[in-house]
Amino acid sequence: MTKQLLLTTILGMALATQVATHAWADQKNGEELADNQAFSLTMIDSIKSFDPQLISSVEDADLARSIFEGLMDTDADGNLVPAGALGYTVSDDKLVYTFKLNPASKWSDGTPVTAQDYVFGWQRLVDPALASEYAYYMELAQVKNAAKVTSGELPPDQLGVRAVDDLTLEVTLDNPIPYFPKMVVNTSMFPAPRQAIEKFGADWTKIENIVTNGPYRLTQVVDGEKYVVEKDPNYWNAKDVVMSPVTYLVVNDDDAGLQRYLAGEIDRVPIPSGKYPDLAAQYPAEAHSYPSACTYTYIINLADGKGNEALKDVRVRKALSLAVDRNVITDKLLKSGQQPAYSWTPPTINGYTMPTIDYASMTQDARNEEAKKLLAEAGYGPDKPLAVTLNYNTSEGHKQIAVAIQQMWKQTLGVELTPNNYEWKVHTDKMIAGDFEMARYAWCADYNEASTFLDLWTSYSTNNDGKYNNPDYDKLMKDAKTMADPSANYTAAEQLLATDMPIIPIYHYVSSRMLKADIRGFSDHDPMNNWYAKDLYRVKQ
Amino acid sequence: MYSYTLKRTLGAIPTLLALVVISFLLMHAAPGGPFTFEKQLPQQVIDNLNAKYGLDQPLYVQMARYVWGIVAHFDFGPSFVYKDRTVNEIIAQGFPVTLQYGGWAFLFAVVFGVGLGVAAAVRQNSLIDYFAVGLSIVASVLPNFVLAPILVLIFTVGLHWLPGGGWEGGDWKHQVMPIIAMSTAYMASITRMMRSSMLEVLNSNHIRTARAKGLPTWKVILRHALKPSLIPVLSYLGPVFVAMITGSVVIDMYFSTAGIGKFFVDAALNRDYAVMMGVTLLAGGLTILFNLIVDLLYAWVDPKVRY
Repeated sequence: MTKQLLLTTILGMALATQVATHAWADQKNGEELADNQAFSLTMIDSIKSFDPQLISSVEDADLARSIFEGLMDTDADGNLVPAGALGYTVSDDKLVYTFKLNPASKWSDGTPVTAQDYVFGWQRLVDPALASEYAYYMELAQVKNAAKVTSGELPPDQLGVRAVDDLTLEVTLDNPIPYFPKMVVNTSMFPAPRQAIEKFGADWTKIENIVTNGPYRLTQVVDGEKYVVEKDPNYWNAKDVVMSPVTYLVVNDDDAGLQRYLAGEIDRVPIPSGKYPDLAAQYPAEAHSYPSACTYTYIINLADGKGNEALKDVRVRKALSLAVDRNVITDKLLKSGQQPAYSWTPPTINGYTMPTIDYASMTQDARNEEAKKLLAEAGYGPDKPLAVTLNYNTSEGHKQIAVAIQQMWKQTLGVELTPNNYEWKVHTDKMIAGDFEMARYAWCADYNEASTFLDLWTSYSTNNDGKYNNPDYDKLMKDAKTMADPSANYTAAEQLLATDMPIIPIYHYVSSRMLKADIRGFSDHDPMNNWYAKDLYRVKQ
Repeated sequence: MYSYTLKRTLGAIPTLLALVVISFLLMHAAPGGPFTFEKQLPQQVIDNLNAKYGLDQPLYVQMARYVWGIVAHFDFGPSFVYKDRTVNEIIAQGFPVTLQYGGWAFLFAVVFGVGLGVAAAVRQNSLIDYFAVGLSIVASVLPNFVLAPILVLIFTVGLHWLPGGGWEGGDWKHQVMPIIAMSTAYMASITRMMRSSMLEVLNSNHIRTARAKGLPTWKVILRHALKPSLIPVLSYLGPVFVAMITGSVVIDMYFSTAGIGKFFVDAALNRDYAVMMGVTLLAGGLTILFNLIVDLLYAWVDPKVRY
């Protein structure tokens, strides 16, 4: 990696010299660059925080990746590439990772980014005084003592991270998880500028105080309206940063965003639900739909003494799952290229092999027949009809899906489904309290590895609201934490989910966007949809 | 009049306190909290968050601290969602925006509403009357969430005259559509109210007297009919003014105007307790203030009223 980096640096320097002397039109990947390299895109809500350790929303993270930089970035394929670190080595027992930092990396105030800044940032994340919502991420990453520091049992300096010298960061893990390096891509693992934080306290993220280390600097903040970032000449790889300024416009309404896109005000907007087919036909070069590492599902309450007793019978759960015609939902309702889900983990996740799930390859008629048979075996039929309820959070989209499934179950199985909608927080509260029979749920990957999905249904997971409890499943997932290649365990765990059916997976999400045809640099196949403004450029057309 | 004003101002204090107590209790009674997420946080993390924001204290302690913060430091607390901002900052940033477009929308609604209403009443059953009534019906059946996209479709996508959203520090081009979308329905109500009230006044004895004195129509209307016919409209305008200057969730969301209107709904849905209290108190305080102003204005329009 180091060698490659050196080469790009030399090439880049050569290119920069030529540009300076000849002023010929810039090129990137063989395409001529446009004169206008300004770019604007939408975000659904105001930034909740610029503080890398306090960020908990995807959009905050999108912006943070342009103004901050962590140890590693990802490329278009989701592979790790050096950023704040030149690379890393790992000890034989896979418990100690050593990152060599990039000596050219600087904060926007000119001071170098040191290993101590990473240590400071990581300790902040788990410090109970900061109370970050993402504190648990350090525990997910298995960094030594993370849980104990979060709970206040140990002081933050006992976290398993230390600065060997200014440019060497050493991380010690509790368990040798092989995907640890992927986890440092998350903004919560970014370094923090101690000099600014100690000087300004909670106000350090105000535009006049903020100190950043990324390719861009924050130049304008109008909460509720827009955020502007501009190329930072101090950035170690500033020569490769083309797109500037980048304007993040707060647009709460997808339809409003689309209108403004069509009027030429914005370069990238999300496609409002249901509009993808028309837009794709009308603007084939601009309408995009990429798989996104999220799954939409109904979870079934299996907790003792809670939920619907009928659903504790695996045959009933299977019958219900089989009778959901997922293609109707993806092709007739959602229409943006979503994939029917027969597994919990999206197939786009790196290094994950889907098991052969029997009903995935059946025709819907065959599934329906099987479903009828199973339900009859379980003792339900015209004489003893089954009635179940479903909770979902208020939204037109969730309602459409619930009503479609209600029809499918009614027609195929004679099952009476009552969908109940609740406001977001009430829905979530009921799920946590176990006050539901079935509940709509969705999960998006925290990192590009199957455990971010599969860990959820272990009996000890805080998110396992349906209280699925299978010791074999727990063992597979526990063992996976110490295996060099856990993919076989993930496949087996997924197979168990298909057998026990504690959840009814419905579809895998897509991220569908309108993007002006002259913009390059967005990956069309990274399921994490991580993108870096520094990789973007506009070509001449 | 001064002692009346003073009495009313002092009377506002228990009203606001009652507002704090009731809002506080209702807010905490709603299921879920600011840190209830679909991606559920471990209990330890929730405990840390509750401790940081004082939510681990009994409700009366939280309430007392909240009131003390306002009284002693004019501090409305931190937002639980927008972690980089305090409630004071959120209101300081968003309220001037809605005050501006809401203020213009109010002026627009009042001037056109009153004007059209008067014209329609004076020329009852004429073309202008039908126009005014027709317009007010159309305007009142077009809620702003329908009107806003139509406006954008015409003026932004179609004609390219106006930007489809944003605020740009209050640049007039960014204000036109929010003002139209916000004022139309109110204008319709004012027109109808003004028309019927004016019709009633025009049939009263003192107008007949004025006409009998030989005054020209415009003088009869301006001097004798306008003021009394404003009385019912005036009592409507107090709360309407507050509603308009505190913005609208539809306008703020559709036009990305960055106003405070969005927070009335968002803060409740997010259980962002301090922001919710802040905007509730803002709206409550303004309502009390403008009800007082309206009451004082009564004395001006109606000589029978004395304080």
